[in-house]
Amino acid sequence: MNVQTWTYLFVFLSFSLYIGIAIWSRASSTKEFYVAGSGVPPLANGMATAADWMSAASFISMAGLISFLGRDGTFYLMGWTGGYVLLALLLAPYLRKFGKFTVPDFIGDRYYSQSARLIAVFCAIVISFVYVCGQMQGAGIVFSRFLEVDIETGVLIGMAIVFFYAVLGGMKGITYTQVAQYCVLIFAFTVPAVFISLMMTGQPVPQIGFGSELTEAYGGGYLLDRLDGMSQALGFATYTEGQRSTQDVFFITAALMFGTAGLPHVIIRFFTVPNVRDARRSAGYALIFIAILYTTAPAVAAFAKTNLINTVSNAEYTAMPEWFKKWETTKLISFEDKNGDGRIQYVGDPAVNELDVNRDIMVLANPEIAGLPDWVIALVVAGALAAALSTAAGLLLVISTSVAHDMMKRSFMPDISDKKELLYARLAIFVAVLIAGYFGMYPPAYVAQVVAFAFGLAAASFFPAIVLGIFWKRMNKEGAIAGMVAGFGFTAAYIIYFRFMNPAIDNADNWLFGISPEGIGTFGTLINACVAITVARLTPPPPAAVIEIVERIRLPGE
Amino acid sequence: MSSQSANSYWKANLKIVASLLIVWFIVSFGAGILFVDALDTIRFAGFKLGFWMAQQGSILVFVVLILVYIRLMDRLDAQYTNDNAAENSAQSDEEAGQ
Repeated sequence: MNVQTWTYLFVFLSFSLYIGIAIWSRASSTKEFYVAGSGVPPLANGMATAADWMSAASFISMAGLISFLGRDGTFYLMGWTGGYVLLALLLAPYLRKFGKFTVPDFIGDRYYSQSARLIAVFCAIVISFVYVCGQMQGAGIVFSRFLEVDIETGVLIGMAIVFFYAVLGGMKGITYTQVAQYCVLIFAFTVPAVFISLMMTGQPVPQIGFGSELTEAYGGGYLLDRLDGMSQALGFATYTEGQRSTQDVFFITAALMFGTAGLPHVIIRFFTVPNVRDARRSAGYALIFIAILYTTAPAVAAFAKTNLINTVSNAEYTAMPEWFKKWETTKLISFEDKNGDGRIQYVGDPAVNELDVNRDIMVLANPEIAGLPDWVIALVVAGALAAALSTAAGLLLVISTSVAHDMMKRSFMPDISDKKELLYARLAIFVAVLIAGYFGMYPPAYVAQVVAFAFGLAAASFFPAIVLGIFWKRMNKEGAIAGMVAGFGFTAAYIIYFRFMNPAIDNADNWLFGISPEGIGTFGTLINACVAITVARLTPPPPAAVIEIVERIRLPGE
Repeated sequence: MSSQSANSYWKANLKIVASLLIVWFIVSFGAGILFVDALDTIRFAGFKLGFWMAQQGSILVFVVLILVYIRLMDRLDAQYTNDNAAENSAQSDEEAGQ
């Protein structure tokens, strides 16, 4: 069997599994649709949270980004895991105890205000849409390269699958599909890593192989020393040293952490467990499951970079293996023979460099570069699709609950019946899938930048509003609204200014305090908190009933 | 639960959260970012310590922090729900005696 057949087989098997689960777990009430009836065991919720969280970006792009950023890539690793500590300690248990369905539910009730609720709905929808477009595009890349269909057809297939189980099962269907998707994606990520680690260092555990000596065939010496040496010789930055300024790395890491803790599709997962104790437990499980991928990824990054340089540097263009040609047709690898010697010059100096490698393909191409068996390559494809689809489904559910529950039921049509609300929720998912699919086929110019946008916005809008709402009784609606508007507005303006209006001046000389647009969410978070506290001090305290809500969520148990 | 014990439960809870977050900050922002170059002068196996903390160690510590949090909060919850039960039964005994 060749790669193509294996790929079809794995993709077909995994998709059948997801559809089977969706049929088995149909939702019949809004509570089942929104929060899976709050009956998900913590272990299952941990897996579902991990799959929900680890998107096409984590699976496909992250290791590739790290292999080009070297030590600076750390902000993805720490930012996207450290945020779970904040989530587990500051948000998850209290929000579960509060015991409603969504983030706007909490904001609206805690700040006794329809405007606050609607601002939260707006933020949740913008953040989720921005994020879901990236997933659809990720799925499109995978389909077009490995199933050799058009990106359009690829996105359509992905849409059909997500639509099927999200509409049918709501949160219940999504949760149990995500459990299956976690298993598929983690297996698909670690198996090739183990193979490559064994091949290059003789160590089966990639995390250990990362710090081990290379085998004779690869020239011996510690992997990281060798990578540093090769990078220096070719004029690239030294792999284990940082290039960005310390304050920029600091701010980006913090923005990703606060953003992680403020993302509505992650928070909503903690409403699905039976009680507070289980909410804490499932945060623990989730981080363990996430850490398996996140500690493997930097090892994969170093292996892949070493392998890539070994394969292409100063090699004959005509002698390049099959994978090179295949990726060339997708334009994700491009070679231009500037000095006309028929060899590939892959160096740091842009004037001499002849090879351009898109970062997104490092994970997907890695097993091929390393010459692993065909079935491993096919497995990676199924894993990448699992990662993209599971996150897309979680995000679509947030959009649907925001529309049907927060906007219809809680704001404009409070008398709506449960059955009608369920219908609206399903309709909202349908429309959201169509819009997301459209953006997947015709993506806005810079998908990666747009996703970074989502984190900054989540950090600058939700994180301070929720944390202050729990930890400071005096926090009132005026403060929360002013804070969210200021934080969201500032962050959005800064990113739009540098990324979309004036990309030419998007460099460290012009940034505020040397903070890049990726890191500005941290500043937005601080602005939100400062504005919120100041305004709250100047306006009347919240009513007694609201203070009682806060006191109740601070009690032990249930 | 009486408002006094609710208060002391909340204080104990804050203490746990604050101390774990201090460790969280030192490990991630401290070892992984601010002092990474200083730690890089120490080596073990093929790693520089700062680099390892940034790309591996910090994540492992995050996992441990959440596990410790689960343990401590379970213990605190148990202590307060038991105290509470004891308080209630003492109260009903008194009422029965009267």
